[in-house]
Amino acid sequence: MNAALPVLVLFLLVALGLGLWSRRGKEMNLEQWSVGGRGFGSIFVFLLLAGEIYTTFTFLGASGYAYSHGGASFYILCYGALAYVLSYWLAPAIWRYAKRERLISQPDWFVRKYRSRNLGLIVAVIGIIAMIPYLQLQLTGLGIIVEETSYGSINRTAAIWIGAIVLALYVAISGIHSAAWNAVIKDIMVLAVVVGIGIYLPYHYFGGIPEMFHQVQAHQGDFLKLHDPAHDTGWFITSILLSALGFFMWPHYFGAIYASKDEKTFRRNAAFLPVYQLVLLFVFFTGLTAVLVVPGLSNGDLSLLAVTRHALPPVVVGLVGAAGLFCALVPGAMLLTTCATMLAKNVYQDYVPGASDTRVASLARLCVPLVTAIALFLTFKGGNAIVNLLLLGYAFVTQLFPAMITSLLRNNPVTKWGAGAGMLTGTVVVAWLTLGGHSVGEVFPFVPSSWEHLNVGIVALLANIVVCAAVSAATRETSRAAADAVERPVTVA
Amino acid sequence: MFRMSETERDMTDTTAHPQRWRPASAGRFALAALPWVGMLVLAPFANRVEPYVLGLPFLLFWIVLWVVLTAACMSIVYLTDPRNRTEATR
Repeated sequence: MNAALPVLVLFLLVALGLGLWSRRGKEMNLEQWSVGGRGFGSIFVFLLLAGEIYTTFTFLGASGYAYSHGGASFYILCYGALAYVLSYWLAPAIWRYAKRERLISQPDWFVRKYRSRNLGLIVAVIGIIAMIPYLQLQLTGLGIIVEETSYGSINRTAAIWIGAIVLALYVAISGIHSAAWNAVIKDIMVLAVVVGIGIYLPYHYFGGIPEMFHQVQAHQGDFLKLHDPAHDTGWFITSILLSALGFFMWPHYFGAIYASKDEKTFRRNAAFLPVYQLVLLFVFFTGLTAVLVVPGLSNGDLSLLAVTRHALPPVVVGLVGAAGLFCALVPGAMLLTTCATMLAKNVYQDYVPGASDTRVASLARLCVPLVTAIALFLTFKGGNAIVNLLLLGYAFVTQLFPAMITSLLRNNPVTKWGAGAGMLTGTVVVAWLTLGGHSVGEVFPFVPSSWEHLNVGIVALLANIVVCAAVSAATRETSRAAADAVERPVTVA
Repeated sequence: MFRMSETERDMTDTTAHPQRWRPASAGRFALAALPWVGMLVLAPFANRVEPYVLGLPFLLFWIVLWVVLTAACMSIVYLTDPRNRTEATR
């Protein structure tokens, strides 16, 4: 028993209580459960859209990346900012159409725009394959955080089970509402904890942040810039590009956009969110401090927790753990809600036309424990395959980008066949390159050496676009006739 | 650059100019393109540790600078975009 444990338990109970309480006064139909009845105000939307910045992946991963790879980790700051620039135009456009057509999931968008439930199914499957490892990562992260910050008094397996059960319980009952309310606590906690330790630790060990950088530079050479060949500038630029394009293609982000009450929120957020994510700087500071204080960790993702335990009393360690706990639970709730909605809506209802809305709403909530169980199974039995799947996640969802963007055009040149063929090609190429461990330089020996470490997702995206264009050109006539029959009449100047 | 129908179409402002591509909105797109240039195109030239600026190694300073400039660009875009005014006075 130590002082960290009660803090962790207290915050877990807060998460559960708030999650259950958040449904009060709502009649929980599917629209309310999945997208908050499209009634979220600007604060909730801000927090849900900022949510991607602070998941366990960034909390542990960004500090771990800084610890292991130094300057290469700074790419995390860039892609978010660029994604928010896109969101100024993209998010309101998505929101308007979704509201008019009463969409509740990302596959719905493709079903409507391309008049094809099969395309919706493809999108749903790609989304689920990308999201389940992401959910599994949140659970693994939660386990690590609780085990480390409770000084081992709760072991990883127990922490994961408890976390998963609490999560599934309040998500099944409150859906997206639970994520929104817990996001409030999460961001307050993370801001306080991350800024606090990011400033305190460098001062504690080195007498200041600039001094910390000088020490790292003195001991590690060029660690603070892009220094190793696998993380060169080609890698840096293509990874930022891929992540910036993929950012808003995550299915749970569509859910967050649909949930907004108005569209002006998105445009205002495009100016605020880039600055808000500068909080990540303090995560880097912590990871870089750990480079000199706790060198030689086999798993860099433990660096933030290790250096925290090294320097701070148990109560503070417990608070860090609680912040990390929320970083797992909030994205976890969004991912679970979205996965369950897609299964019930786009896999079940779209193929069983007689299914009533109430039936689909209950089915979605029944899918919550099912999806949680799959994620738990993968957590304990998945092994290394899952790490690979996770690397694929961003590259997978980015394959939706071309067909998504062209569907915003007045005259979409892409047909449903082109969209589907492009997406499938892109995902297969990503899977082949990543799982086979091929680098761009290996597959295309003729490219200049500065291109050898381009992000493989970009290669897949190009293949996607080429196939999409070719198949669309071949199938245009038949699709055009079919689409014109249903689409609102459009006048071209 | 392609024309964006859903994105640039103004649903609330019925007095919008008849032509779809207004110089003002082109200016906003140009402003929004600046961060991409700063972070992607110019990043290779910023890949160095020294000089330190504001205590940060140069690469990190460069990125932080552009994150702040991104916010500045998007604030100008927001303030000059007529869609944000029409809704505010509703």
